[in-house]
Amino acid sequence: MGKPNDLVQGTLDLLILKTVSLGAMHGWAIAKRIQQISAEVLQVQQGSLYPALHRLEQQGWIAAQWAESETGRQAKFYSLTAAGRGQLEKETANWNRLSAAIGLVMNEA
Amino acid sequence: MRWLAQLRMRMQMLFLRGKATARLEDELRFHLERQIAENLAAGMNSEEARYAALRKFGNPALLREQARATWSWTWLELLARDLRYGVRTLWRTPGFAIVAILVMALGIGANVALFTVVRSVLLKPLPFVEPDRLVALYEHSADDQYPYNVIAPGVFAEWRRQNRSFSDLALFGDAEFSLSGASGQLPEKVRGASCTWNLLSTLGVQPALGRDFTAADDRHSANATVLMSWGLWKRRFAGNPAILNQSIHLDGQSYTVIGILPAGFAYPDAATQLWTPVYHYEPAAYMEHIENHQFQAVGRLKPGVTAAQGVAELSVITRRLRDQHPENPFVSKAANMRPLLEDMVGDIERPLLVLLAATGCVLLIACLNVANLLVARAAARRKELAIRMAMGGGRLRLLRERLMESLLLSAAGGTMGLLLAYGAVRWLVSTRQGMSRVEAISIDGAVAAFTVALIALCALFAGLISSLSAKGNQLLLSLQDSARGSSTGRAHTALRRLLLAAEVGLTVVLLISAGLLLKSYQRLRSSDLGCITQNVLTMRIGLPGARYKTPGPAPVNFFETLLGRVRALPGVEAAGIVEAVPGQGYWQDEGFSVVEHPPLPQGLAQYAIFRSADPGYFAAMGIPLLRGQTFDPNRKLDRANQAIVNAAFAKQYFPNEDPLGKHLKVENEDHEIVGIVGDTRYSLAEDPKPIQYYPLYAGKENSGTLVIRSSRDVEALALPVQRILQEIDRDLPVSDVLTMDQLLGKSTQDESFNATLLATFAALSLLLAAVGLFGVLSYIVAQRTGEIGIRIALGARREQVLRQMLLDGLRPALFGLAFGLVASVGAARLIRSMLYGIQPLDPAVFAAVSAMLLLVAAMACLIPAWRASRLDPIQALRME
Repeated sequence: MGKPNDLVQGTLDLLILKTVSLGAMHGWAIAKRIQQISAEVLQVQQGSLYPALHRLEQQGWIAAQWAESETGRQAKFYSLTAAGRGQLEKETANWNRLSAAIGLVMNEA
Repeated sequence: MRWLAQLRMRMQMLFLRGKATARLEDELRFHLERQIAENLAAGMNSEEARYAALRKFGNPALLREQARATWSWTWLELLARDLRYGVRTLWRTPGFAIVAILVMALGIGANVALFTVVRSVLLKPLPFVEPDRLVALYEHSADDQYPYNVIAPGVFAEWRRQNRSFSDLALFGDAEFSLSGASGQLPEKVRGASCTWNLLSTLGVQPALGRDFTAADDRHSANATVLMSWGLWKRRFAGNPAILNQSIHLDGQSYTVIGILPAGFAYPDAATQLWTPVYHYEPAAYMEHIENHQFQAVGRLKPGVTAAQGVAELSVITRRLRDQHPENPFVSKAANMRPLLEDMVGDIERPLLVLLAATGCVLLIACLNVANLLVARAAARRKELAIRMAMGGGRLRLLRERLMESLLLSAAGGTMGLLLAYGAVRWLVSTRQGMSRVEAISIDGAVAAFTVALIALCALFAGLISSLSAKGNQLLLSLQDSARGSSTGRAHTALRRLLLAAEVGLTVVLLISAGLLLKSYQRLRSSDLGCITQNVLTMRIGLPGARYKTPGPAPVNFFETLLGRVRALPGVEAAGIVEAVPGQGYWQDEGFSVVEHPPLPQGLAQYAIFRSADPGYFAAMGIPLLRGQTFDPNRKLDRANQAIVNAAFAKQYFPNEDPLGKHLKVENEDHEIVGIVGDTRYSLAEDPKPIQYYPLYAGKENSGTLVIRSSRDVEALALPVQRILQEIDRDLPVSDVLTMDQLLGKSTQDESFNATLLATFAALSLLLAAVGLFGVLSYIVAQRTGEIGIRIALGARREQVLRQMLLDGLRPALFGLAFGLVASVGAARLIRSMLYGIQPLDPAVFAAVSAMLLLVAAMACLIPAWRASRLDPIQALRME
């Protein structure tokens, strides 16, 4: 609790959607990618990753498919659905608005 | 398109749940493998790599749970799991499960059956068009004795002619037909009604086949027409539509069948099978009487007119008639009415509601008992539950399991109960054919919904009560409590004692109500009719008016021949004929005046029950001839101008003089009083009333009840007597062949039915309460084995232990008894109107019930208490 790299509630969904928008990916790769791109700042815990993935899948934002992974083993690959793409755009716009607003407040103070 | 994806997802999650679980497992394992591979690449050895990966991964079980929690249908999965647990726990204790289910089945079954009857009979609207606007009409007699008196046809005619409140008024009266057999069938007595032509249209009913009566049918000059019930048509005419417009023979006369009524039509009652127009059936002059009260009427109020307005208008018309005939004391002074439904079922409303209340009590007791059993089980599982809670099991989760368990019990019980109710309702319908609206009784959707609601209610009630006892905050206490050497805290059994006391209290209420009804029924059956009831056979005979004209010699000859031949039968001690035997009902009364007395003031009248009897009737029934003699058998027809009165008549109308030799004037004919006979009751429940007897041989009656007395098995005489009847007149049906005992049993059927049913419920409750007491005390003894063992080891005497355990068990019974006795005072007042010959607070019943309850309670407690006193202290202490 309260660790600096804990993700704000709801932002994990956005990060996942953004990450899988680049192409189908399995859970491990998604976690790694977020970690890499955020320069090791954002650590995604398995405890939040898989429930989030399953929730997004249940909601129809992402779809899953079993395919051979780079190691030759079957893995579950997640990809963005059309509905998920719309959702991603909406969430991105929201996020931009929010972070810009926070930025304004922070700079002012 | 998203909803489509979601739907597909949902279907997958519902039907491919096992596969999804396996895949989740696989997905997580893949993640772990990648982590291990990464660790290996970072230079760890394989063991280290594995442990580090697992550490990083966290609690895999929790992760699995959390991922699954996002899936849809999780609630269903949880429900299924609770259900599985519930079934499994119940399966492990089949004895408990079977007892609880049976108890619930009895409770729910009795309630569903009674609810079915109450709903069908009392609550369902009548199967007529706009039944709210239908009212049953009556006359209010001038002397205020009969506020709901039957109607004179002349008064009705004026009502119909003058009123503006009713869109329709219909008249009807009882009729009994002998339906002649065609092609070898036996003749048969059939109950019917004579009615005005508009009876069906007033009710808003149409014949299923053929046509309704028209005004043209309802005249004395019209051709004879008849409508037939669906049941009679099916039974007697095999449902053949060719019977329409054909003739059947009723009382030896030809009637054209013009229509068949729909199945289920039962008005005025279910026994009525034939309807014929009254103005054709009765002589025209008869239909003008304004004092001869013989008929009932039903009216349909015009829209916007209230029943009170309608009856007020009819009262004005009646009053006017009375004022026009001041000399006639039998003309009523007002009209009266009741809503039609109330009129048809008013008599059975209270008994039915009392029985429903009784079944409600039984169900409550059943629920309390099941709750009690569940509490006992919860107590036995206290340690397990405490451990589960200590491990983080949610309170809600435990409550849900408990509720599921009681839901399973009551659902199984309810299903069985519904079957039970189905059987009970069928039995009731077949045994209570005479009950009003019995034809309307059926199990339908509303009853099914009621059953489901009852099941849910019982489950909630039993489950919540038992959950109340499992207090979560006593977790530590529970764990400590079970430490060696200490016995269970008192608080744990307090709830069970309370439940038991409530159970016993309700049982007492049921027992006392049943006791009162039983005693009252016994009183009723043992009330002295005033005549012999052993070895007496009765049968109704009706002579067709066409061939046996009254007044005339034909019926006299018939009756004389019949009696002569019956008396000659071997085994017959005596025989006689009367209109109605004691216990058979009020039948009819007649106004009279005493010739030797000064005339009564204008507008006042004397009347008494009227019977025609043959000279041998009094001897045959064992009615004592107190003074004088019986009718002279040689005086017939015009010469039969004699009368006999009973003692009550002599006392009321000749208080200080000798009635013998005086003359009674009835219908303008003088009759000399030749004898005084003992009092008899026309109904078991009524005190003897004045009765005037006139000679049957005057030839004015062509129907009556034949009574035969024998010294041995009188029922064996039924066939020979019927054979004699057939020989005298081949086309003569006989009905109601009953011994006096059977006749009286039939006349008190309602009372016997109510008392027996209530007694059954009470016995059931007593059994349940006894089982409850036994269970609780056994449980307490088992819990306190250690303590008792120590006491005995320290020198407590076994009698002391026995006494203390007995008192422990009897205390809730005593509380319950006290509470029950108080509640019974209220209940007894409610059933006061159903009692005969005893007070609602009959001390004998109250005392007997208290004694019986204490006895049963003591018996139930004795075994566990005795077992406690026989404990071997060494074994008791070692057991822990």
